[in-house]
Amino acid sequence: MSTHDKLAHLLLMREIEDFLYREADLLDEREFNTWLELFTDDIRYWMPIRRNLSFKNRDRDISGDGETAWFDDNRRTLQSRVNQIMTGVHWAEEPLSRVSHLISNIRIEGEYRDIEGAEILVKSHFLVHRNRLETETAFLAGRRHDTLRRVGDSFRICKRKIIIDQTTLTVKNLSFFF
Amino acid sequence: MKSAITVGGATNWFVDRNIFSSPDVYKQELERIFRRAWLYVGHESQIPKVGDFFLTKMGEDSMILARDQEGRPRVMLNSCRHRGMKVCRYDEGNTKLFYCPYHAWSYGLDGRLVGLPAQKESYDESFDKSKWGLVQVAQVATFKGTIWATWDQNAPPFEEYLGGAADALRVGLGPWDAGDGEVEVISGVQKWIVPANWKIVAENCAGDTLHDVSHRSVDLARIGPGEGVGRRDPFGKLYLTHHGEGHGLLYEKFDHTAPREHYSASPETATYFQMTWKKRVERLGERAGNAPVLGNIFPSSGFHVGQPRTIVAAHPRGPNETELWRVFLVDKAAPPEVKDFLRRYYISYAGPAGMTEQDDMENWAYATEGCGGAIGSSLQFHYGAAMGQSHQEPFIPGSVSDQFWSEQNARQLYTRWQQFMDAESWDQLRFEDAR
Repeated sequence: MSTHDKLAHLLLMREIEDFLYREADLLDEREFNTWLELFTDDIRYWMPIRRNLSFKNRDRDISGDGETAWFDDNRRTLQSRVNQIMTGVHWAEEPLSRVSHLISNIRIEGEYRDIEGAEILVKSHFLVHRNRLETETAFLAGRRHDTLRRVGDSFRICKRKIIIDQTTLTVKNLSFFF
Repeated sequence: MKSAITVGGATNWFVDRNIFSSPDVYKQELERIFRRAWLYVGHESQIPKVGDFFLTKMGEDSMILARDQEGRPRVMLNSCRHRGMKVCRYDEGNTKLFYCPYHAWSYGLDGRLVGLPAQKESYDESFDKSKWGLVQVAQVATFKGTIWATWDQNAPPFEEYLGGAADALRVGLGPWDAGDGEVEVISGVQKWIVPANWKIVAENCAGDTLHDVSHRSVDLARIGPGEGVGRRDPFGKLYLTHHGEGHGLLYEKFDHTAPREHYSASPETATYFQMTWKKRVERLGERAGNAPVLGNIFPSSGFHVGQPRTIVAAHPRGPNETELWRVFLVDKAAPPEVKDFLRRYYISYAGPAGMTEQDDMENWAYATEGCGGAIGSSLQFHYGAAMGQSHQEPFIPGSVSDQFWSEQNARQLYTRWQQFMDAESWDQLRFEDAR
């Protein structure tokens, strides 16, 4: 890799980190409609379930296409989730939970060409803290596989696969985003 | 125990709030209800082949559901007879043996103890291996693809236990076209823990029409499978129906000759629905328009068989905690794109991320908390909505409430609950006697 390529990679990394941190901030600041603008119209927002399987079946421990999932949203259903919060009568989020997204381990995977419309696979880890009402507290950790699409001088997320570590969720609902 | 139910007057029907929080009541429930009742444990499509197994629960106990060499479903306690270790820690799979990782006792698919270390050296002939197999339930039953089990050998056969609710499951668990095709579970189980008493979940599933306000936000946000509809396509006329066996159900009635424009958000699904609806009308005639929507089979096996189509088992985990296991169902013969649309719709509706169920969990959790304090636990709940107002309805089994806004199904649930808590054995719970 030439010095020029290394610098280009570094700049792209910084840009992507900044994009993901800004995205997390929009959620934590409850700017849900602005957050939605970061997704393409063909978004698949997907959180498979996890399960305990034997070593020889370990490749299936994340549920796949056609299997059950926690989330498997398209643009329409993701918009519905935001609309639901905005009704002010969505009791699971009324009053709103306090949520903090800690995003780390960000890296670019695979080949990419940084041109308009190009898609870049970006992996990251998350630790999401949700505190609600008096003492209701949840920590959920896992990984995200995002596909970012280059749009002008920014990105849009066109695929997000959220790989949560829990099999049986110890949180009563998932009325917040990852 | 002292009755938790107080009845006095035309609209006075009260239940003690401490039954939703008392550890003593909870302990008795595990013995008197979850060790006696028939409980939903799984679906045939989760263990299609010999050797297939699937972990499930009955009460607080971890159970193995396995298909044995003869092809029969077995339901066994997931605990080694030697020192109690779980002999299976995989949620599902296929095996010949359940092998304990602690001291290597191993068990066949039928639960028989087949091997242990140093048997020749350390045990004489008085050790009877046949007495040390995995503990089996007393009875297993299959019904339209679902599998049920009970610890009580004196429990009546499952269909008798269902009583008038059998019709709802027979219709609701079958395919859309009412033919002989199979219905399958979409692979995977949603499991999550809710800080709520299990009875609050059961009451909700049994047809609590008065909790509609819980779901105001999804009706406004429009999450239904048709363009511009609330959380579902339009219902037919709704009927609450209840059965002395403790089950509560909701039915709908359509004019079978009227067109039904369902699933308009997915052209493939709309087409499949029209095709199956036509066949259903050909097969059932006027009865095609009668459909179960949802219900609860006593004590806590809930189902939705319209929109969405799902079974939820509410496993108790203490007076203040319930573990919910939810699966979703589709016609096996449906085209892949139909299955995919329905899968996405169902999980956007139900489960912990389901936009409808999210709000239920908030209500269940803090209603349970409200039963905990010294004052909160000393009060009573009012279950008196639309008392004594029921009739018979053609094609709908059971007593149908005149009022849609009725708490009759909850009253039935707690009446049966009290009978189970009072009865010394199933001899006193046979429906004819209990009635």
